[in-house]
Amino acid sequence: MNPSGLTNAPVMDVVFSAEEKQKFDSELAEILTHYPSDRKRAAMLPALRVLQSIKGWLPPEGLAYVAEQLGVSKERALEVATFYVMFHTEKPGKYVIDVCTNLSCSLWGAERLLAHMEQRLGVPAGESNERFTLRETECLASCGTAPCLQINEEHYESLTLQRVDEILTKLP
Amino acid sequence: MIQVEKTITRNWGKPGSHTLAVYREAGGYAGLKKALKIGRAQITEEVKKSNLRGRGGAGFYTAVKWGFVPKNSSQPTYLAVNADESEPGTFKDRYILENDPHMLLEGIAIAALALDCHHAYIYTRGEFKRQAEIVNNAIAEAYRAGILGDQMLGKDHRLDVYQVRGAGAYICGEETALLESLEGKKGWPRLKPPFPAVVGLFGAPTVVNNVETLAALPSILENGGEWYARLGTEKSGGTRLICLSGSVNRPGVYEVSMRTTLRELIFDPELGQGMPPGRSVKAVIPGGSSAPVLAADEIDVAMEFEALKEKQTMAGSGGVIVMDDSTCLVRCLWRISRFYAEESCGQCTPCREGTPWQTRILRKIEEGRGTPEDLSILVNVASAIAPYPPIGLGNTICALGDAAALPVHSFVAKFRPEFLAHIDQKRCPFGENPWGAFGGGRV
Repeated sequence: MNPSGLTNAPVMDVVFSAEEKQKFDSELAEILTHYPSDRKRAAMLPALRVLQSIKGWLPPEGLAYVAEQLGVSKERALEVATFYVMFHTEKPGKYVIDVCTNLSCSLWGAERLLAHMEQRLGVPAGESNERFTLRETECLASCGTAPCLQINEEHYESLTLQRVDEILTKLP
Repeated sequence: MIQVEKTITRNWGKPGSHTLAVYREAGGYAGLKKALKIGRAQITEEVKKSNLRGRGGAGFYTAVKWGFVPKNSSQPTYLAVNADESEPGTFKDRYILENDPHMLLEGIAIAALALDCHHAYIYTRGEFKRQAEIVNNAIAEAYRAGILGDQMLGKDHRLDVYQVRGAGAYICGEETALLESLEGKKGWPRLKPPFPAVVGLFGAPTVVNNVETLAALPSILENGGEWYARLGTEKSGGTRLICLSGSVNRPGVYEVSMRTTLRELIFDPELGQGMPPGRSVKAVIPGGSSAPVLAADEIDVAMEFEALKEKQTMAGSGGVIVMDDSTCLVRCLWRISRFYAEESCGQCTPCREGTPWQTRILRKIEEGRGTPEDLSILVNVASAIAPYPPIGLGNTICALGDAAALPVHSFVAKFRPEFLAHIDQKRCPFGENPWGAFGGGRV
């Protein structure tokens, strides 16, 4: 181990399996066709999204790999990763649940919904356990069908407490 | 209700409205055919005649914005489509993406012809996973049908369209932050000038247009700019999508005449269907949570750019949020302020430091710990971010600072007694449910 926590082992040993590396590389190659050849670094958001879809989060070695592929420093990759709330630089629970409590949702009971979720999941908003990461989030453009939440980017709207319970019960 | 010819929403509700086949069956891509026939200069002329104004928030004339692109640049011109809909209370672009992605693509193609542009990027908000899938399918259909790619409906104009998803940052709806994000960076707005039309994506001339703005182009080309202008008011062409939410019986997206007033929107049986039983209007935000709030006696105003500007507020993104007389407005403002504190990008000191400060003071007042001095500090902090009125005096690089300060200024000015009641009674006078008639949630 060097002081940064990164090993000198080949990337696929510490980040990706051979199969995962192939998937990442081929998806990145396709993404790069949509940018000018001297603007590879512009593909940062799509590249991080692919990494997160494969690993479930953005491990430091993965960020370093993305940075290397796009020709930027790993600090640049980390800067971008930590700016956007949908990117996870720490390993989240199996299900990331984002409950909107912005004005229009709160006018339709979002605070009650969030309190219910905290109690039911046993996780306070802003925290995680192995299974759940529960977060309060900002407006998800469901103001006309409030209240709403997302579970791993799947969107649910016009929620009642009963419907939320049904959704949670069905999670594998 | 003022009857209006449906333009943007004309296909909504048809089975398969998101597919190319259904779009074409309904006459889709006729506007693009006409655009190909009349050519570049004439397209811009029609858009100019239409009085089309940007539907993302600023209400700038689209043809004028296009006109800022240098004519003989050695660089390519880019089109960046702003589908990063994140202003609280706004949910219209999302339905365009879901219901009629080809209307957007046709608009993109028309704009690309007018701008002599061959590369368009659609920047879609990260949370719109399902919408992004629908758009990607529509893009693939358009390539297969010869609308995108090497040729455009048989004519020599190459156009490539690529969709990029954001990753959760309100600031990226600001056009220069959007460009930074498209370049693979954190979304820090750029100092202007230069404006994106001159120095935009990858340093090249770039036009950033909102989804609804572009989706208006097909019907403008098909029916003519004058026809579109006649649908609107003297200075604002067309219809507009209004997103109605909050304490109202029928929230939703409505395509309305710009002569429709806020009161008609809330009470018309074909629109909002009135207030919850026994409740009356207390306050209305007319254009997304950034827009200065209006009191109950100010809602006989048309939902049009100029009319709302006269009331020292703005049409913004069309997000109308209604609060009834049993709602605590201190609580509402606290939640709004928390949003701007959370979403401040941290680049400019007044916004980075001021937005959490506003939030802390509002929390203190709401929880019954406030003093009269806190109220003046609150207004001072807001003034340091952006004085008001009028709108647009912000001390920050982008308008997020204004957006954060305007609600504070307007709520405190119009509802001061309610803030003072919290301070005098040392508690929230609304007790257990500060969120109004529907605050207990759906059952």
